[in-house]
Amino acid sequence: MRAIRLGAMALAITVIASTAFAAAPPPSPLTPELIAAARKEGTVNFYTAMDLPLAEALARTFEAKYPGVKVQVERNGSERLFQRLGQEYQAKLHICDVVNSSDAAHFVRWKLDGWLVPYETPEIATQFEPRHRDPDGYFAAWRNTLSAIYVNTKLVSEADTPKSFKDLLDPKWSGKLAKGHPSYSGVVMTATHQIMTALGWSYFEALAKQKPMQLQSALDPPRKVAVGERDVGVEGTEYLAFTLIEKGNPLKIVYPTEGTPMVTSPAGIMAQAKNPNAARLFYHHIHTLEAQQLLVEQGGLRSVHKQIKERQGRTPLSEIKLLPEDPVAVERDTEMVKRRYRQIFGT
Amino acid sequence: MNGAATQAFGGRRFDPSTPVFALLALLLAALIFLPMGWLAVFSLTDRAGHLTLDHFAQLLSDDDMVRPLAVTMIVATSVALLCTLVAAPMAWLIARTDMPLARPVRLLVMASFVTPPFLGAVAWEILAAPNSGLINQLYRLAFDLGRESRLVDIYTLLGLILAIANYTFPYVFILVANGLDRIPADMEDASSILGASRWRTAARITIPLVLPAILAGTLIAFLQAMNNFGSPAIIALPAGFHTMTTKIWSMFQYPPQPGLAAAAAVPLLVITIMLLRTQHAMLGRRGYAVVGGKGGQSRLVRLGWLRWPALGFCMLVVGGAVILPYAALVLTAFAKTLTITWSPAGFGLDNFRFVFFEFSSTPLALKNTFMLGFAAATVGTVVTLVIAYVVSRRAVPGHGLLGFLATAPIAIPGIVFGVGLFFAYTHPPLVIYGTLAIMFIAFLTTELPIGFQQFQAAFRGIHIELEEASRILGASRLRALKDVIAPLIVTAVVSTWCFIFIAAIRELSAAVLLYTANTKVLSVVIYDLNENGELGSIAVLGLLLLVVTFAIIALAYRLPRAQSIPTSA
Repeated sequence: MRAIRLGAMALAITVIASTAFAAAPPPSPLTPELIAAARKEGTVNFYTAMDLPLAEALARTFEAKYPGVKVQVERNGSERLFQRLGQEYQAKLHICDVVNSSDAAHFVRWKLDGWLVPYETPEIATQFEPRHRDPDGYFAAWRNTLSAIYVNTKLVSEADTPKSFKDLLDPKWSGKLAKGHPSYSGVVMTATHQIMTALGWSYFEALAKQKPMQLQSALDPPRKVAVGERDVGVEGTEYLAFTLIEKGNPLKIVYPTEGTPMVTSPAGIMAQAKNPNAARLFYHHIHTLEAQQLLVEQGGLRSVHKQIKERQGRTPLSEIKLLPEDPVAVERDTEMVKRRYRQIFGT
Repeated sequence: MNGAATQAFGGRRFDPSTPVFALLALLLAALIFLPMGWLAVFSLTDRAGHLTLDHFAQLLSDDDMVRPLAVTMIVATSVALLCTLVAAPMAWLIARTDMPLARPVRLLVMASFVTPPFLGAVAWEILAAPNSGLINQLYRLAFDLGRESRLVDIYTLLGLILAIANYTFPYVFILVANGLDRIPADMEDASSILGASRWRTAARITIPLVLPAILAGTLIAFLQAMNNFGSPAIIALPAGFHTMTTKIWSMFQYPPQPGLAAAAAVPLLVITIMLLRTQHAMLGRRGYAVVGGKGGQSRLVRLGWLRWPALGFCMLVVGGAVILPYAALVLTAFAKTLTITWSPAGFGLDNFRFVFFEFSSTPLALKNTFMLGFAAATVGTVVTLVIAYVVSRRAVPGHGLLGFLATAPIAIPGIVFGVGLFFAYTHPPLVIYGTLAIMFIAFLTTELPIGFQQFQAAFRGIHIELEEASRILGASRLRALKDVIAPLIVTAVVSTWCFIFIAAIRELSAAVLLYTANTKVLSVVIYDLNENGELGSIAVLGLLLLVVTFAIIALAYRLPRAQSIPTSA
């Protein structure tokens, strides 16, 4: 399983690399000139799909470290963010400076369209395995999360707790499930694609008969389960579940026996950024061990930074069976998945 | 007299104001017809620019499209009937009977009227989510029931209908209450003198006389429900269905289908225009209403012991529309955790701290919202004041056209106008998408009819003799306006400004298609927060919106009373 783990992203990247891009530029050091230039610009517009309070917390640590550079966070579900960026670029509006989406396929598209600029920081070059970054330096894995099964421990007994995706098809879960929607969330899009590849559409057809509550955001299923609106949640982010559990909510994470979808959420710098220096400075910051550790500690995210320390009490990534990632296939199949999903679930 | 006045003012010599008014007419026409023209173009062409009817064919044949249309019709019809059945008797109880607490109930109806429907929908989500909803929690606690039991479920078709009806019934209420106010008391007196009982008088005289107002209210409620975007966007998706407005919005998600979105907007536009024409025919030219214009002279029906059930009925309605949702928002704003824990430790200012000190969208959205509200209200008031004056005094040739242009946007649903504006201003020659200007145009244009109707009503009350007298005495037209007319319409100016401001700061359905990261407004921020499940922050921002709204209304109420209420979409 380790071989499959994350390997697909590397594969995807190799496929693109074979087209027409030069090798990655040499890593650019963080210079006082860059900081001064960033201060002059004063703002960086950060488009992200990350949970809003976490994104704002990260922004505040950056602002504390580099006074004079403000971070304007624009949060949206990845699929809506992708559409929004497309709409803005069509109207020649280049507001976004740094972008982060939980649908790695988006970066495949943006790179091909020439929307990203190659840039690597020494931190990325030395602390992130080559398979976690674009060989041409256009983007790099920034944060990772899993799409597991979330169970309300007050409502569901130990014996009843589902162990696999297939367990959710038991009639006893009818009307008791919450799930994210791939038309809005990149995590759900990626997870849906992986589950579809592993279990086939027939699994979703059976799941639709359970009448799950449809939610736009991948953040909402763990939330709805934590407040007891539904017993079990699927296609939602593990990181929010960690945060909720550590705040004392009656929630439990189950890693399904078929394998858990892993979602890599890269970040990149826009080629047409209005604040190119602030964008680069921010890009430096978010890949530092300090920022990565914040995402893990405070946000419950996974990180592929080599020095990262996983938090006590969370199942380490190495012990979890993962489903393979394939951003290129997701890029190719997006429209088909959304159409098919709408037909099956009716929204 | 009027004919002579027209001659004296408009007919004889060249008036320098004529080109100004012509320019104004041209500008208005462009504001309205440019977006609508682009809408037509997109609905009738394919990606390559060839003429096609494919979008309409798909609209009629694809089950994915037909179902939302059917759902929309069911929702709109149910809301219209429900609102009529509830609000018409309520208006009668408050305007014509001795029911106690009539004035507080009327104020609560007005509170429901200014509550943004999307905010009401979020509040009802907090109250009536099937498992975690506060009502269901209390219900289980009170009767010691298992967790399977529930009293209400907002994520259903019925839930959506009720959530919309809560903020739509005031339209019927206001129209019927005003209709009742306009019925001369002598008709009813005559009926009593001839020996009819109070009830018989009500049934034979009062109800037939307000029937046109009731029917007009039903139509407006239908249109409001049909064109509502916020409520279904919040409730229908988790429930697993679409309405036309949410479907149109979803066509702007990836992969975008602009042609289909344009085609899907057409049925909404056509139905709205048809129903408004029907309403127009029923109410005649007086498509406006005056709240509490002349109370006091009508006879109050004595209800006897029925006063208390009547009050109970009214409290049930305003309780569902205002009291419970507002309470839910306040509790959520102060709650520390996702689930409300009923202990002092469970409440705090965490949400307020996040919204005002950590959330980087708040200052930007506040600035944009109030700037836009201020600009739209100010420019809208000036423009509609001028148009209404010109139209009511027939000051220039073609004044009728100006009046038509100022009323036309009423027939364009917010989301349809949003689609049209998006097409019109993301393409050369005029690319203003991404600036506040496009939002300004959207808000200004959609609010023109409110202002125009207000001023038209105001000018109708001021006889032209007053102006003529001052002009005969040698004053110029401007001088006559300043000294004679201005003092008489100052109330209308203030109330129009307030109406446009309040309507603009809560606009969602056009804004949701037109905003960008830099041009976010409060309503859109709240909508996005809902997608992220941040109910606490929504409650804080929603309460802020309500506080500002009520502050503006309180200010307006300190002026002499002559407010009127817009009567349509």
